[in-house]
Amino acid sequence: MISWHEDPVLKVEHLTMRFGGLVAIDDVSFDVGRHDITALIGPNGAGKTTVFNCITGFYKPTEGTMELRQPEGPAFRLERLDDHQINASARVARTFQNIRLFAGMTVLENLMVAQHNGLSRASALTVGAILGLGNFARAEKAAVELARHWLERVGLVSRADEPAGDLPYGDQRRLEIARAMCTRPLLLCLDEPAAGLNARESDGLNELLYSIREQEKIAIFLIEHDMSVVMAISDHIIVLDYGKKIADGTPKAIRDDASVIAAYLGVPDEELPDAVSEVRL
Amino acid sequence: MAEPGISFSQRVKTALWDSFLAGLIAFALFSLVLGLRTEDNVTGLTLQPRPMLLATAVGIVFFGRLLLNLFVWQAEHPLTASFAKLFTREPFDRRDVTVLGGTAAFAVLGIIVAMLLGAPAYALIATAVLVFVGLGLLRRAIVYAFPDLPYARIFVVAGILFALFFPLTTYALESAFHLGMPLRYWFDLSILVLTYVMLGWGLNIVVGLAGLLDLGYVAFYAVGAYTFALLATHFGLGFWICLPIAGLAAAAWGIILGFPVLRLRGDYLAIVTLAFGEIIRIVLLNWTEVTNGPNGISGIPKPTFFGLPFAPFADGTTFAQFFGLKYDALHGIIFLYYVILALALLTNLVTLRMRRLPIGRAWEAMREDEIACRSLGINTTITKLTAFATGAMFGGLAGGFFATRQGFISPESFTFIESAIILAIVVLGGMGSQLGVAIAAVVLVGGFEALRHTDGLQTFFGEGFDPALYRMLLFGIAMVGIMVWRPRGLISSRAPTIALGDARPISADLVNEGRA
Amino acid sequence: MAYFLQQLINGIALGSIYGLIAIGYTMVYGIIGMINFAHGDIFMVGAFIALIAFLALMALGVTMIPLALLIVLVVPWRSPPSGAGQWNASPTGRYANPFAWRLITAIGMSIVLQNFIQVAQGARVKPLQPVITGGYEFFKDGDFTVIISNIQILIVVTTLVLMTAFWLIISRTALGRAQRACEQDRLMAALSGVNVDRTISLTFVLGAALAAVAGLLYLLYYGVIDFFIGFVVGIKAFTAAVFGGIGSLPGAMLGGLVIGLIETFWSAYFTIEYKDVAAFSMLAIVLIFFPTGLLGRPEVEKV
Repeated sequence: MISWHEDPVLKVEHLTMRFGGLVAIDDVSFDVGRHDITALIGPNGAGKTTVFNCITGFYKPTEGTMELRQPEGPAFRLERLDDHQINASARVARTFQNIRLFAGMTVLENLMVAQHNGLSRASALTVGAILGLGNFARAEKAAVELARHWLERVGLVSRADEPAGDLPYGDQRRLEIARAMCTRPLLLCLDEPAAGLNARESDGLNELLYSIREQEKIAIFLIEHDMSVVMAISDHIIVLDYGKKIADGTPKAIRDDASVIAAYLGVPDEELPDAVSEVRL
Repeated sequence: MAEPGISFSQRVKTALWDSFLAGLIAFALFSLVLGLRTEDNVTGLTLQPRPMLLATAVGIVFFGRLLLNLFVWQAEHPLTASFAKLFTREPFDRRDVTVLGGTAAFAVLGIIVAMLLGAPAYALIATAVLVFVGLGLLRRAIVYAFPDLPYARIFVVAGILFALFFPLTTYALESAFHLGMPLRYWFDLSILVLTYVMLGWGLNIVVGLAGLLDLGYVAFYAVGAYTFALLATHFGLGFWICLPIAGLAAAAWGIILGFPVLRLRGDYLAIVTLAFGEIIRIVLLNWTEVTNGPNGISGIPKPTFFGLPFAPFADGTTFAQFFGLKYDALHGIIFLYYVILALALLTNLVTLRMRRLPIGRAWEAMREDEIACRSLGINTTITKLTAFATGAMFGGLAGGFFATRQGFISPESFTFIESAIILAIVVLGGMGSQLGVAIAAVVLVGGFEALRHTDGLQTFFGEGFDPALYRMLLFGIAMVGIMVWRPRGLISSRAPTIALGDARPISADLVNEGRA
Repeated sequence: MAYFLQQLINGIALGSIYGLIAIGYTMVYGIIGMINFAHGDIFMVGAFIALIAFLALMALGVTMIPLALLIVLVVPWRSPPSGAGQWNASPTGRYANPFAWRLITAIGMSIVLQNFIQVAQGARVKPLQPVITGGYEFFKDGDFTVIISNIQILIVVTTLVLMTAFWLIISRTALGRAQRACEQDRLMAALSGVNVDRTISLTFVLGAALAAVAGLLYLLYYGVIDFFIGFVVGIKAFTAAVFGGIGSLPGAMLGGLVIGLIETFWSAYFTIEYKDVAAFSMLAIVLIFFPTGLLGRPEVEKV
């Protein structure tokens, strides 16, 4: 049974991205299941981050459609939205490969910025809040509570008032995930969340991702190089190579897929049987 | 600081050689532009040699660098370290005591000798040195005695109280005792300083919070001033109607000029805003039908005290008559002082409030990382335009005030150098710090306006010395000097806008200033 | 037609001067990503040094114009005049600092240079009687004669020679290699043994020397200077540098020619009052719509 085709939160079809003459992504189609952890893997330069940047609106794809389906209500065509609307309207949140926190602001402030749009509405176009009108105080309190909730989940409550730039690397990664979660997304995109983490931190990350999937009932879509992480936590794996999708399936199916092994080992097709048997040793 | 183990004579030798080179470069640099002066003559330009001046300049460079080399740069224990300790909480060691005590003793000696020789100007300098050391020691003593007082807050409250009561108190004292204080000059200078404080705070929204380097801020000042002047002179509208309109007009221009530069950052943004500022000035200069060109607009009415004019006579009741006072031109000036103080404080309060609202946090987040902002669903276009518009609005209000205070405006008041001064106030004060901006405005504008009227300097430089001429030169040197001394500005920490526990200031090393 | 041709010649001469100044902008911006705001004022100081040197030489009785010219040409080169001031005070060793710091320091330097000259030499306009006169009749159309003056020839030839020399420095010498390395990645260059501070300082000085020569040519061409000429000329040269593509020497020259031609034709056919508006608008348009310039490399935003 292939669950992700039944209820996809994101349906990508014929996605193509060209930079001048270079084809970074070539006609890629896949589905991301609503309650799955989906991994996008592939060798360096396979176009993984480009796919992410298309989904999150930092690039406009040359061709193809990306449809984000709400549980109820309308579906959003991501390629037609501005980058900020992809988070604000379609509720897709992301983290970055080289962490992009607001380094000079405190941990708590980072999470408050993430709740900008809701708070902005409550502040009645700022003017109201300056004059003390409206229910801004209540909205801000709720925002702080949500931030505190996520700080507890990632274990950073005690460092809430420290500048984000002062945190150790692993904490910064977790804070970025917490910040993305504070935007209440339907789809959380993580660009190499385990990069640079040690084994213990990496296990902690796996648990966090599990708990997000179980408790928030949202989809997680991640790029990852660390195969142990990918195989351990993914429900669904998509493999890219040279901008093309070469495999798509459960971890078990991917593990046994000959073309995936070839792509990672860089072996031409005719030598494949030998290479595969070597890997199986 | 020199590596240890280098002998004294060796150090002197390097210091001498380095200073000699510096002197040589100075000679090459100055020999033509300083050593010879072009004079206009009937036959054209002629040259007048000034060997003494050249020698003095080169000498200052040589000996200055030699002293710096020996006692600061290459010294094992730089002399300046002892003075720097005045501003920290580090304990003194014996060397510091010797240096500071020696300086104080030398200064006292200097005062005595200068007094005996009848050279009060030198006594003034020695006194300044003594006061500097004394105040530093006093600061340390207070900090040592009460280490946990909220000094910054006390300083701010004291400053605001001073600003609130300064004109009334001095005016009352003067009326009662006739002390001969130059009140008119003091008030005019205070109004000028407060105008720049307000402009600095307004620009701080754009530069300090949103991280958008704006070198054309004077354009909004000009728009405010001209809007006010045209409305007041052509339609006879009153101060309290013209002022908000001036602010709104400037805000509208902030949005108009903000649109084209949305994609630009850093130095490019600075240069394009500079270009916009200059374009607006040139248009004001040449659009004679409306702006009266280089002749400017005159006869802009002064504000009234809720309908009561500050004049010796008027059709209705004047301010003085209403309150049963004797007419005094200072009344109007004191009123203007309070108007600009109120406007400046309004700017500050609104800014401080906005920092704690979503829009203010979005500004700061945009300064830190624009891409991350967009990934969190923040519309950076709107965020930028609100920053431009809010900053421009306060610039426009300040411009309106400027128009009514001067009674006359012309494009000359809105040159690029004004923008540079306002931006310098923001950057030197410490970007984003309201207190730092206020201090920088007081130091730069107040200090250098005061220089215009300092007669004591003539005793050093001869009767022909005109301090006003050197004002901008010193201003530029101070700008470079402060930036070399404190690249992050005077106050370089950022206060968090919200906290779960205690809010601690954030070191500026982490705070981004917008990406280049 | 003849009028057009004459304007074309004038524009090329003016554009050559802009091109020389633009090289300084383009190299400094290329290497440390900073607009050297004081560069226009270095050009101004160069013009003043040239003026005083001319007067001094004439006072000493050196009346042979070519010799005087040669000496004056060498003066700004040998004692990097304002370059040295720039050298010590400019943020060369501190390029890691926030860019607002660099901009304010450079603006401060600009104010210092302007006011130093104003204090030292007075605020009035300084005229110099024509040093190089004469020219060639190039073309005759009715009663309008198109003239290429000797000074225009001198400007273009000097510019071409300096450009070539400079291009050779950049492409053939160790200094040029170090410069290109610093432009790409300063940290990596430092790790590979390039003296980054020295390279940056030399870049400043070389750019300043070219600006000083441009100052000399400007003085010879227009015959009057004052302490404020650096601002607007600097803005125009910077526009030229961006338009040509930051970091590109031929681009700086091309940009200079374009800006010079636009200015000349604007003054010839439109209102002269708004001449500077045209220059500033050009700047805004170029920065907003062609931020990578004609010969520059496009910059891709990395996410």
